[in-house]
Amino acid sequence: MDIESLERVSKIIRTDIVKSLAKAGSGHLGGSLGMADIFTVLYFHALQHHPEDPEWEDRDRLILSIGHISPVLYATLAHAGYFPVEELLTLRKLGSRLQGHPGREHGLPGIELSAGSLGQGLSVAVGMALAGKMDEKKWNVFCINGDGELQEGSIWEAAMSASHHKLDNLISIVDRNGVQIDGKTEDVMGLEPLIEKWRSFGWHAISCDGHNMEDLIYAIEEARYVEGKPIVILATTKMGKGVSSIEDDHHWHGKAPTESEAIKFIKEIEEYYQD
Amino acid sequence: MAQYVTKGFVATRQGFGEGVLEAARRNKRILGIGADITGSVGMDLFAAEYPERFISLGIAEQNCVGAVAGLALSGKIPVFATYGVFSALRTTDFIRISICYNNLHALIGGAHAGISVGPDGATHQALEDIAVMRALPNMTVVSPCDATQTRIATIACLNRFSGPVYLRFGRAPVPDFTSENQHFEIGKAQILSRGSDATIIATGHMVWEALEAANTLNQDGLKIRVINMHTIKPLDHDAVLKAAMETGAIVTAEEHQVTGGLGSAVAEFITQNHPVPMEFVGMKDRFGESGEPEKLMEKYGLSASNIAMHVKKVLKRKY
Ligand SMILES: [Mg+2]
Repeated sequence: MDIESLERVSKIIRTDIVKSLAKAGSGHLGGSLGMADIFTVLYFHALQHHPEDPEWEDRDRLILSIGHISPVLYATLAHAGYFPVEELLTLRKLGSRLQGHPGREHGLPGIELSAGSLGQGLSVAVGMALAGKMDEKKWNVFCINGDGELQEGSIWEAAMSASHHKLDNLISIVDRNGVQIDGKTEDVMGLEPLIEKWRSFGWHAISCDGHNMEDLIYAIEEARYVEGKPIVILATTKMGKGVSSIEDDHHWHGKAPTESEAIKFIKEIEEYYQD
Repeated sequence: MAQYVTKGFVATRQGFGEGVLEAARRNKRILGIGADITGSVGMDLFAAEYPERFISLGIAEQNCVGAVAGLALSGKIPVFATYGVFSALRTTDFIRISICYNNLHALIGGAHAGISVGPDGATHQALEDIAVMRALPNMTVVSPCDATQTRIATIACLNRFSGPVYLRFGRAPVPDFTSENQHFEIGKAQILSRGSDATIIATGHMVWEALEAANTLNQDGLKIRVINMHTIKPLDHDAVLKAAMETGAIVTAEEHQVTGGLGSAVAEFITQNHPVPMEFVGMKDRFGESGEPEKLMEKYGLSASNIAMHVKKVLKRKY
């Protein structure tokens, strides 16, 4: 898919994130919007997958460790063809397959892992990557991590084990938006120098602009060619990207828009894509 | 009154190690995860025979459990064993979400369960693991009574079962008395001694103590039923209901806190179905300490004589 088409998809995904959250009345808007470009590139360009056959054995696996940004995963999966787009409006409702944090037992196609307790997904990804190596599989495991999540000690247990076992089939993409619920990551619990941390743990670390499709495509391509090391892509993003009035505002980490805010936000998304 | 003879003293961790190896010989999807104390939990047998199927992840139990989930999601049957205080308690949230919520077939081994760990003291004596593990949806909790049964139970958990399972076993050599040819079914209690005056429901090494208590009481003319509750979850409701209806008094015995363990599981069931007087033998909301296993069992009331005393006590309240 060319860059222009990817942009068009990301716009629809952003719009549907706002709509589904407004309908749900709760959920995490800021982080979901901020990851829309990355999810678009993954599902519409980078991942080997077949939406009509979600369990295809040779698919790339995508683990969403930060389950709270499920709205971006759901909107992307729906538009990729995993399930009907209308179902996005059932988000967080009783009986819905779209749980607040992804839950496999509810049967939504395309969900690899029930997750949402921070700091677990990278370990699960390590297990998958170990299995892939053992069985000499070609598929890769992509793990979406948050930057605040990197404060969990278990992330670094996983990081240590991934390089020890030379898991070059494991690619973590870190949503480096610099914020978390209480404020800036560097105020809450500093992460910098972050790229050095990953490198010293034996990872191949790449930084990129998480809103630049070309940059993202290049970073993922580079990641696929690395041998003997796990790869981390530190993707700089803005929480709330695409909705200018809430961009970079950590108050929108865990909030959903009201109906009228949603109308305003969708207008802002239109404007963002006109520029 | 059934008589049981020990074939000798064997640690249940040895049974676990042999069971993993035997199961793994029959199923190559079985993998072992090591958290540094491989020999101490009996997994060295497996690691020596199948080094390519043994994954060392170091002293990082949370990561081990997460990786177990990833392996299970990729078609493997992972076995992760370390001391129960770590495998079950340090990692609880990982087990809760990554294993149980995802409902994956994985075996979590809880070694060094109970106070019979001995000299290492309170930090390493798992006494709350049953309570926590049995509270988790989808989790099965198995606690065999001797080394032979631990070997058979391990094989059952790996090759004749599917789902998250916590298997609990101990460090110290204990009487090995069950038969190689026993019928073992997860969730199906074993009646080791028939009787109608009262029932002792025990788990783990306390089953042997229960049998000794029943023998002593038999000399006083009391016919005591002894149930080996090797599966705490799902609890064998049938066996417990029959015990309540036919013997009218129950004593539970476990090397675990009385809060939330086997006794609680039994009480939760019988209070709703056929209430009878109960007594609970176990740790009474305390930490253990260093000492030789037998002396600790004596000090903390986890011996045959203490079980017998509780049977006499419960009989006084029997309607
Ligand atoms: Mg963040």
